[in-house]
Amino acid sequence: MESVARSQPTAEADTAPSKDATLIYRQSRWTRLTHWLWAISLFFMLLSGLQIFNARPQLYIGKESGFDYNNTVFAIGAENTATGPRGYTEILGKRFDTTGVLGWSGPAGQETSRAFPSWATIPSYYDLGTARVVHFFFAWILSTTLIVWLIASLINGHLRRDLAPRIDDIKRLPRDIIDHAKLKFHHTREYNTLQKMAYGGVLFVLLPLMIITGLAMSPSMNSVLPFLNDLLGGRQTARTIHFIVMALLVAFFIIHMLMILAAGPINELRSIITGWYRTDPPADDGKPSERGA
Amino acid sequence: MPKFQISPKLQISRRRFLTSASLGLSGIMLSGCDAFDSHLGVGDGLRGFLEGANDLTYRAQRLLAGRDALAPEFTEADIRQPQRPNGITAPDDDVYKGLLANDFADWRLEVSGLVEKPLSLSREQLQNMPSRTQITRHDCVEGWSCIAKWTGTPLSLVLDQAVVKPQARYVMFHCLDTIDRSLSGDIKYYGTIDLIDARHPQTILAYGLNGKPLPVENGAPLRVRVERQLGYKMPKYLTKIELVDGFANVGGGRGGYWEDNGYDWYGGI
Repeated sequence: MESVARSQPTAEADTAPSKDATLIYRQSRWTRLTHWLWAISLFFMLLSGLQIFNARPQLYIGKESGFDYNNTVFAIGAENTATGPRGYTEILGKRFDTTGVLGWSGPAGQETSRAFPSWATIPSYYDLGTARVVHFFFAWILSTTLIVWLIASLINGHLRRDLAPRIDDIKRLPRDIIDHAKLKFHHTREYNTLQKMAYGGVLFVLLPLMIITGLAMSPSMNSVLPFLNDLLGGRQTARTIHFIVMALLVAFFIIHMLMILAAGPINELRSIITGWYRTDPPADDGKPSERGA
Repeated sequence: MPKFQISPKLQISRRRFLTSASLGLSGIMLSGCDAFDSHLGVGDGLRGFLEGANDLTYRAQRLLAGRDALAPEFTEADIRQPQRPNGITAPDDDVYKGLLANDFADWRLEVSGLVEKPLSLSREQLQNMPSRTQITRHDCVEGWSCIAKWTGTPLSLVLDQAVVKPQARYVMFHCLDTIDRSLSGDIKYYGTIDLIDARHPQTILAYGLNGKPLPVENGAPLRVRVERQLGYKMPKYLTKIELVDGFANVGGGRGGYWEDNGYDWYGGI
């Protein structure tokens, strides 16, 4: 259905801003819909997740949390110093002063001891119960969307056509890295190698890992899938992985935004909202550009 | 299949919609996440809608875990520290302190409500019933875990002895510790579990911890272990077990103290 429209140049005349640009139908409605559902879900899951983390702002390695022994690998906290309370973040025993953001934050004169600051959590005040309601609601949306996307992408060919890695991808990886470093972008129908790695990494590694480590923290799911925590190294390790994957997803989001800004935000946004994407004009010698559609 | 084409008009309106939506979203981010605060209180419409997912979560867990799937059990080698206490760790209630002064000789566990034979059991009577010992991981809703060995009487044996009436649906735990104060007086900790969890083989009324009598900080003389749920579902300082058919007379009506304060009734995740 949509692939029919893709090969039809009819809509081009209505929307093409200039004659030499080629407007193609790049993103199916399933890709666009699921993209925005993920965006919304991840926004709420991140902010409610940080609130949940604030209830116990330490991460451990192993089956349990060490109180009489030390298996803490990450901690955010506050301490009193000669110059007043300071916030700190401790990674593998190395301590950093993060006053104002992590550990000790708030409006001037009303600072409080809290791991992640008020502006980064839902609700803004400390409320673990509510954060859990928000977190698990969007966990359902996120997981359902992932399954819908997987089925749709298998059927409409998005997976095979756009995401499946090919031999060519490996060959052009060095070139791709250089191009990205130079902020030189090719606007083609296909994703480049780094895009495939980033999107594939999020969809097939990070999000599934997020769901698996989330389930591994559930005492009721532990009775259904007791091997999960054995596989992951214990419930507290699962919680630590859950947190690390969160940080990787935030890193992906930042790079995603930067790439969109660098590659042309109007064109990139249009393609993920309407599906239509303007590709580079064919090369001067008349041949299609290297990776052109 | 009809061709999928976007008319320019629709495209613009949709673009406008999404632009304003994204502007709205970034506005929310800039103004801080307190934008949602006023809609998320217990009883608010949006909150109620989101809480609908709790029901789905509960059903999914029940469907997958069934009645008797066991929580993982650990070995003696996994017990590396004392059980971390949480919540109330030294009840300041006169009744409790009086019972403690006498080493709980006068303490009784009442079993009442929708039962054929109400019971009043002493600690010795409970300890003379068949017991179960299990090394399990205690998961607090806050995020931490602690492994310990628990010994106690299977709750199902007590329920059998009291003969539960068919209309009973939940077991309500009444506790001796004051968790909160309100205008109408002290609020003692309370909570409920359904009969599936009440009859689960690992659900025990624990009087022993790591081979010793249950210490005060962990709920002496008796606390419940519900191993497929989080810590707040395992009340300490038990005094009465009441079989009920709903939450109407349970605190604020949501099935427990923390539930009345916005926590999910089924603490399985």
